[in-house]
Amino acid sequence: MTRMKTKSKSQFQMAMATFRKNRLAMFCFGVLMILYFSAIFAGFLSPYSYDNENRNYSYCPPMKIHVVSSQGKLAWPYVNKMTLSFDQFHKRVYTEDVSESFSIKLFVKGDQYKILGMIPSSYHLFGVKSPGRLHLWGADSRGRDLFSRLLWGARISLSIGLVGVAISFFFGLLIGGISGYYGGKIDNLIMRMCEMIMMIPGFYLMLALRAAFPPNLNSLQVYLLMIVIFSFIGWASLARVIRGMAISLKQRDYVLAAKAIGLSDIKIIKNHILPHTISYSIVAIMLSIPGYIMGESALSLLGLGIQDPYASWGNLLSEAMGIIQIRFAPWILLPGFFIFLTVICFNIIGDALRDALDPTLKMEGQL
Amino acid sequence: MFKYVLKRILIAIPLLFGISLLTFILIQITPGNFFDTLKLDPQVSPQTIAHYEKLYYLDKPLLQQYLHWLKNLLHFNLGYSFYYNAPVSEIISSRLFNTFILALSAMLATWLIAIPLGIVMAVRRNRFIDKFLSIISFISLSVPSFFLAIILLYFASKFGGLPLGGMQSANFDQMSFVGKFLDVARHLVIPTVVISIGSIAGLQRIMRGNLLEVLRKQYILAARAKGLPESRVIYKHALRNAINPLVTIFGYHLSGLLSGAALIEIICSWPGIGSVMLTAVRAKDLYLVMASMLMGGVLLFLGNLLADILLAWVDPRIRYD
Repeated sequence: MTRMKTKSKSQFQMAMATFRKNRLAMFCFGVLMILYFSAIFAGFLSPYSYDNENRNYSYCPPMKIHVVSSQGKLAWPYVNKMTLSFDQFHKRVYTEDVSESFSIKLFVKGDQYKILGMIPSSYHLFGVKSPGRLHLWGADSRGRDLFSRLLWGARISLSIGLVGVAISFFFGLLIGGISGYYGGKIDNLIMRMCEMIMMIPGFYLMLALRAAFPPNLNSLQVYLLMIVIFSFIGWASLARVIRGMAISLKQRDYVLAAKAIGLSDIKIIKNHILPHTISYSIVAIMLSIPGYIMGESALSLLGLGIQDPYASWGNLLSEAMGIIQIRFAPWILLPGFFIFLTVICFNIIGDALRDALDPTLKMEGQL
Repeated sequence: MFKYVLKRILIAIPLLFGISLLTFILIQITPGNFFDTLKLDPQVSPQTIAHYEKLYYLDKPLLQQYLHWLKNLLHFNLGYSFYYNAPVSEIISSRLFNTFILALSAMLATWLIAIPLGIVMAVRRNRFIDKFLSIISFISLSVPSFFLAIILLYFASKFGGLPLGGMQSANFDQMSFVGKFLDVARHLVIPTVVISIGSIAGLQRIMRGNLLEVLRKQYILAARAKGLPESRVIYKHALRNAINPLVTIFGYHLSGLLSGAALIEIICSWPGIGSVMLTAVRAKDLYLVMASMLMGGVLLFLGNLLADILLAWVDPRIRYD
């Protein structure tokens, strides 16, 4: 006799199947994968390092890539040298110098970087030989390649969302679970703390927290500091929701059973209460990552976050704060588009996950 | 009801003290204070600095400093701003007024646009206009507000017509009353658009959902069955019931606007509480930071309280005892 094999799916697998059918969400997922992948391998994919500057290329416009040589023949893609001159209004004018051209080579040697932060290397996916410069998406005020800086900036801007969310959700779940499970004085104390944090307007708290630390921190310290700040603000609202769920979950029979066989409190919270909040948590995670990314951008935009020469999307966009400059170099708006792209992708995925996991789930409305 | 409000206020007071203490600690753990920059200025004598430090208890231990501030607060004295060289209450109150103007205009724009849009979307559900507006609202929910502000300011610089930030033109004082009004209104356009675009999108989604839910109710079926014209069914029977729950959002929206528009105030250089906060934080202007933080907390609290009161007012099923 053979046993009938029935393929059963868990609730989670069913939800994932529904999610995969949502084409738009899958597309956004793909976009995010590409963005994160490019961020991880920023050193290899970008032709220059984030601080490689050449003042002769200040605000150089995006270069044209030619495939037809000056003799009218088909050629390997190349760029011409750009020469800078000023017109009678002292405005920068870049003209292509046809006499000197540089072909775009694959795997060229250039600035030093470390693969995955460990293995030193100096090979770049593409680039041009040294006297030439390659600016696919233009250059900034100091003649640094915007394409390269966007990739390097993606590392900070994209990772801060993930790390910040991970930390604040860890604390939010744990503290919320404890608060709801124990109740009484602990609950009261924790909830008053949450209320206090939620009562301070987020942006003000962010500014005050940032001000509590010296302004001249190096970029790694600022990065860590921003994560700490966002987590400090972020855990409170989550803890409140989880607490509410924990209060109703702790009256279930299986929690009583777990208590009866003598499981420790922390194990009950970890194994029997928190797993039941997972649908809510996953959706909340997806929908709160954009907040962290925009928080980083806002702080860096005001000059309180990541500092030059290091790049983050907010820091790059701060160049567009001098509004007049956009007219002459519209490509400095690109970091803003990337922030927008990332945010909308996370929002679409979050919405789709909510539909897939539990359509009745009510998230706090964004307003 | 009165008891409930009183209870809420009583709970809020210790929380506000908590906020002020937290702010105080945050500012004090930083090395240096505002006088450190003054000490480097050869034009300011050490005696003057010592005098001021004594006056504001800055030479005393931290706890005593905080208690001194608290004592002054109970006398409605918020301290002195070293950066602006004026009493904090004076700065805060004038800036608070500006923040109110901006919040009011954003509020009007949001509600006057979002409610009709939500109705249109619900009535023409799944038609072209509904789908089109859904996409637009999703996009506008995802645009970072600071990015939108930068783009709009850029358009203003390119095509002219609108001022590039600030609140008044240079010749504001010479204008007539109507001219002054129009001038401020012109300056309001960009920050208002930026602040309200996200909330319009959010509110219209909620309005659409509410109206669709009401339209499924049986009394709507009854109204249609007795032969009422569709417009009467929607505007007389459905709409009123769909708008009621939005009243709570009104309160939260107000509190969000008063405290949440800070970043846009800064980018559009609108002289509100948010921009004061940034200046104060940068200059380490202790009392100004504490006051703006406290003010932000109070505004948020008042908005939330208003929301709860309004909810009980429109929905008799809700009782606070």
